[in-house]
Amino acid sequence: MRLGKQTWRFEHDLYIQSTGTCAGPLEGKGPLGDFFDKKYNELHCGEKNWEAAERKLMREAVDICLKNVNKKPEDIDFFMAGDLLNQTVTSNFIARETKIPYLGMFGACSTSMQTLALAAQFVDTGYADSVLVAVSSHNATAERQFRYPTEYGGSKPKTSTFTATGAASALVSQTPSSVKIKEATIGRVIDWGIADANDMGSAMAPAAADTIERHLKDTGRKPTDYDMIVTGDLSSVGSPIVRQLLWERGIDISEMHHDCGLMLYSPEQNVMAGGSGTACSAMVTYGYIVNLLKQKKIQRVFICATGALFNPTVNQQKETIPCVAHGVVLESAGGE
Amino acid sequence: MTRLNDVKNYKKNIKSYHPKTNYFLNGLKAFVIGGLICDLGEAVQKFYITFFDFNEKTAGDPTVATMILIASLLTGFGVYDKIGQFAGAGSLIPVTGFANSITSAALEHKSEGIVLGIATNLFKLAGSVIVFGVVSAAIFGLIRLTVNNLLG
Repeated sequence: MRLGKQTWRFEHDLYIQSTGTCAGPLEGKGPLGDFFDKKYNELHCGEKNWEAAERKLMREAVDICLKNVNKKPEDIDFFMAGDLLNQTVTSNFIARETKIPYLGMFGACSTSMQTLALAAQFVDTGYADSVLVAVSSHNATAERQFRYPTEYGGSKPKTSTFTATGAASALVSQTPSSVKIKEATIGRVIDWGIADANDMGSAMAPAAADTIERHLKDTGRKPTDYDMIVTGDLSSVGSPIVRQLLWERGIDISEMHHDCGLMLYSPEQNVMAGGSGTACSAMVTYGYIVNLLKQKKIQRVFICATGALFNPTVNQQKETIPCVAHGVVLESAGGE
Repeated sequence: MTRLNDVKNYKKNIKSYHPKTNYFLNGLKAFVIGGLICDLGEAVQKFYITFFDFNEKTAGDPTVATMILIASLLTGFGVYDKIGQFAGAGSLIPVTGFANSITSAALEHKSEGIVLGIATNLFKLAGSVIVFGVVSAAIFGLIRLTVNNLLG
């Protein structure tokens, strides 16, 4: 059922049946390290190049997610996945291995909630019984694609973000578990004229503000109806901006707002303004937040993952950065 | 009242949310680290003059080669990028920064093969330095020639 203009409220009881998370070295040592299923001590993850390492992370996350509920790839109806590499090549290659009917998706760092929202939509409408979602990102593959060679000694400004290394996967179905998927809000693409790829927090904050405002309007809820409103990767620069933007519009989220990019790392870990990358919001959601919901420590959470939709070529052509934010509401269903 | 929501001036108004860049401190760091790198170069040069058959003029070549070797090794060990983040221009400008840009590109593209990976991408970053180096050398050469001819 559609609420307002941009929000879906799912008619059936949909659940995150299982999750799998895989973390890189820095993420594993971060404050949420204990919540990840598997951690690697070095960036290569035992593979011969960075791209293979990223594939390994996604492969492991998918494997863990399926093994948790004793499922095989052939039991799953559809696979929706995305990553930051050209042609979403990591996801394509994992889909080649799993052989589950596959839809590759790209929403930059918002892909985590884009895949989850659509997976829920598929299951809700009865077009699928179970949909597997997965996303991944790797610091070194992202550095190479969006910035400079990994070992290049150029210094980064304080507003820049650090691409998280890791992968996360979730299985969506109507089989009851302790985490329910209630609603999803699909965001509009917003561009307020920021062209600096080293300042994505400022670029993405207006998109996050727009989706959060829309979501609250569509559902008729107040921010206080949520235990947490989590943005994906606005960093220490974008987080205060999104709070201010919404406050000026009469919405006060300062009490329950958190940012995945700031949750994944501790302040001592040298990640400039905070974490980013497709895996960042997914690891925090499927690793940590799902755990809080399972333990009933929180009841309802709105996860709003933000993505900067650009590539280095158009950025060097001085184009500004269009951004999008997609949100999903998760609720605790008790149990455990 | 609605200040930050002013789309037209958003870029300007968010400035106060950005962490301040301390240009003086950055300059000082660059000066000290860049200076230390040059000190090391000086020491290497003295070493070649003292222990080998080189003089002030001829010691330059082996000194530069040694500095390039050191920078490339540090790049390979994953240290140079950390120095770079701290020192900024201090480790970027000297010949070691140039070596780092070439070695890091070679390391990065090794997985794509020797020809299409390493050879094609080797000068990805350093290429611009060479282009501007050659072009500016030509321009200044012409200026010098003109001035010399006019004065002479």
